Amino acid sequence: MSQNDKDVIARRGFLKGTAAIAGATAVGTMLPSTAALAQQGKLKIGLMLPYTGTFAQLGVAITNGFKLAIDERGGKLAGREIEFVTVDDESNPAKAPENVNKLVQRDKVDVVIGTVHSGVVMGMAKVLKESGTLWINPNGGAGAMTGAMCAPNFFRTSFSNWQTTHALGKVLKAKGHKTAVFITWKYAAGEEMMEGFKEGFEKEGGKLVKELYTPFPQVEFQALLTEIASIKPDAVVAFFAGGGAAKFLKDYQAAGLKGKIPLYGSGFLTDGVLEAVGDAGEGVETTLHYADGLDTKKDKAFRLAYAKTFKLQPDVYAVQGYDAGQLLAAGLDAVKGNVADKAGVIKGMEAAKIDSPRGVWTLSKAHNPVQDMYLRKVVGKENKTMGVAWKALADPARGCKA
Amino acid sequence: MDLAFILIQLLNGLQYGLLLFLVASGLTLVFGIMGIINLAHGSFYMVGAYLAWSLASLTGNLATAILLAIPLTVILGMGLERLLFRQLYTRDHLYQVLLTYGLILVFEELRSIIWGDDVHGVAVPALLSASIPLTENLSYPVYRLAISGVCLLLALALYLLIQKTRLGMMIRAGASNRDMVQSLGIDIKLIYTLVFALGVALAAFAGMINAPLSSVTPGMGSHVLIICFVVVVIGGIGSVKGAMAASLMIGLAETFGQVLVPEVAGMIVYVLMAIILVWRPEGLFGRK
Repeated sequence: MSQNDKDVIARRGFLKGTAAIAGATAVGTMLPSTAALAQQGKLKIGLMLPYTGTFAQLGVAITNGFKLAIDERGGKLAGREIEFVTVDDESNPAKAPENVNKLVQRDKVDVVIGTVHSGVVMGMAKVLKESGTLWINPNGGAGAMTGAMCAPNFFRTSFSNWQTTHALGKVLKAKGHKTAVFITWKYAAGEEMMEGFKEGFEKEGGKLVKELYTPFPQVEFQALLTEIASIKPDAVVAFFAGGGAAKFLKDYQAAGLKGKIPLYGSGFLTDGVLEAVGDAGEGVETTLHYADGLDTKKDKAFRLAYAKTFKLQPDVYAVQGYDAGQLLAAGLDAVKGNVADKAGVIKGMEAAKIDSPRGVWTLSKAHNPVQDMYLRKVVGKENKTMGVAWKALADPARGCKA
Repeated sequence: MDLAFILIQLLNGLQYGLLLFLVASGLTLVFGIMGIINLAHGSFYMVGAYLAWSLASLTGNLATAILLAIPLTVILGMGLERLLFRQLYTRDHLYQVLLTYGLILVFEELRSIIWGDDVHGVAVPALLSASIPLTENLSYPVYRLAISGVCLLLALALYLLIQKTRLGMMIRAGASNRDMVQSLGIDIKLIYTLVFALGVALAAFAGMINAPLSSVTPGMGSHVLIICFVVVVIGGIGSVKGAMAASLMIGLAETFGQVLVPEVAGMIVYVLMAIILVWRPEGLFGRK
């Protein structure tokens, strides 16, 4: 349990009743700031990530990866010691402004790292655009963060939703598929991935014959699978994640569609769920910026160090957290640890070439990774790499004027 | 969409509706007869699914797992009623909401401690793992049909229990006048304990037999909870018949909504609820 949780609970106990919960933000921001005392020398990093709920594991993987990057630099960045402040965002968009304000106003952190859920990312964006605090987002792929909402202090080390499906157009074309159906949850991330795919596929002369949606986070797919069977497309492209992805893969197989209409997807469809789905995932091909069996020196070293330190196998989220640490290090090295020189830090990060376990990447103008998208195929319990589907894919950053 | 596919979608809708009935029946029982607003209903569903998963991986057989798990959930229900819910019958609904909301958090945390935060899958029993080919590229999983059969049987059993047996008569009497029933020498406390345990067991059982269809995941109870309340409210509070009618209506509305008007599929159920409540505020089969 983090310090902030304890604070909230203590206050709840003291004030009792539901009114206290509503008032918690106000009380929190009025407390005398302890930040001033801790300012000497230490760099304050605010981690705003999910540590409870469906995405709890992702939050932990990102935190681990981030800390590994710092440990590799002797526990310091540009010679400065680090102090972490942690907030559990619970993947709750409604609480996003309150939570990020805890870090920015109460704790006066130098950098904010977060988060997983795209809705929470958008809540953070509003607050951080105003405060101008340095922000590195290690996951949430909401297009607007590095699109219409983009800002000089916003950085992302993961992906935009658009990137994760755009390369599939080429892949389907190469396999000779001319028509496709896209199926996903009806929410921002799903729609952005659909757009990314549609654009890529139509550029190759393919036709997206139908977009199928089910409400988030519902997992009853039977009606839509029946619809797919009646449309008979050459291929199906899907985005679901976590439990929903596991359920979809199993239902697709149970409906008899597996093996008749090939299934493709954004990499999240088959990440972290292969243990749960038995052989229902076998042969499904996806695109993502990371894969199993990349077999590069950097990736091997990272996997070994991660497994040794945390007794866990790293995943794509751990890589994104690790790269957030690497990116921050590059920015701070450029100003020799003087984080007050914000423009200098930003310049340093913009110029950085990140030697990531996923391969080397740089930042686009809108501060989103320009990176290789791998084609992966489910073989047993692994997302085996089948090569690069798109070399150095950049998000179009539509609406970004910064 | 040709006729064959319309018929298959009809089947999808009915089958989904029956599943909803199974999940919601325990809630309507506890809500209607005992007057308890049980927000933790979804948690019992989750507990059932996790029990099925862990026991099935221990014994290697889902049927055995379910047979082992049902007594456990009955005991859980009886224990909770004795320790917690019994204190609340005379209190305002707000206390029940607070208690059962607290229970959601407790069960989520316990689940995290005992079973972890991973997504799990339960294999469909080999006997029922086949699929029946319907068209050239679509098959229907036998397990889904089997569940529909179980749901129908359970609905019939519930109806007979409440309408035709002596115990059912006492339960109904207790629902309308607790004090009178007690003064007639019937152990109303025991009856309430039994009804609550039955409600918990029904929710958990739904989680168990649904585990092979819907993956076993953290937070799986919360979505179920909302749709259960919609079923109970549309059907009329406490009416098993109403719950059945409402479940089938929702199942069909969601199925055809997703296919015909995918853009607004998420709203359809709630629009349906709003229309029915304007027309009949007490629900389809509710008492005025």
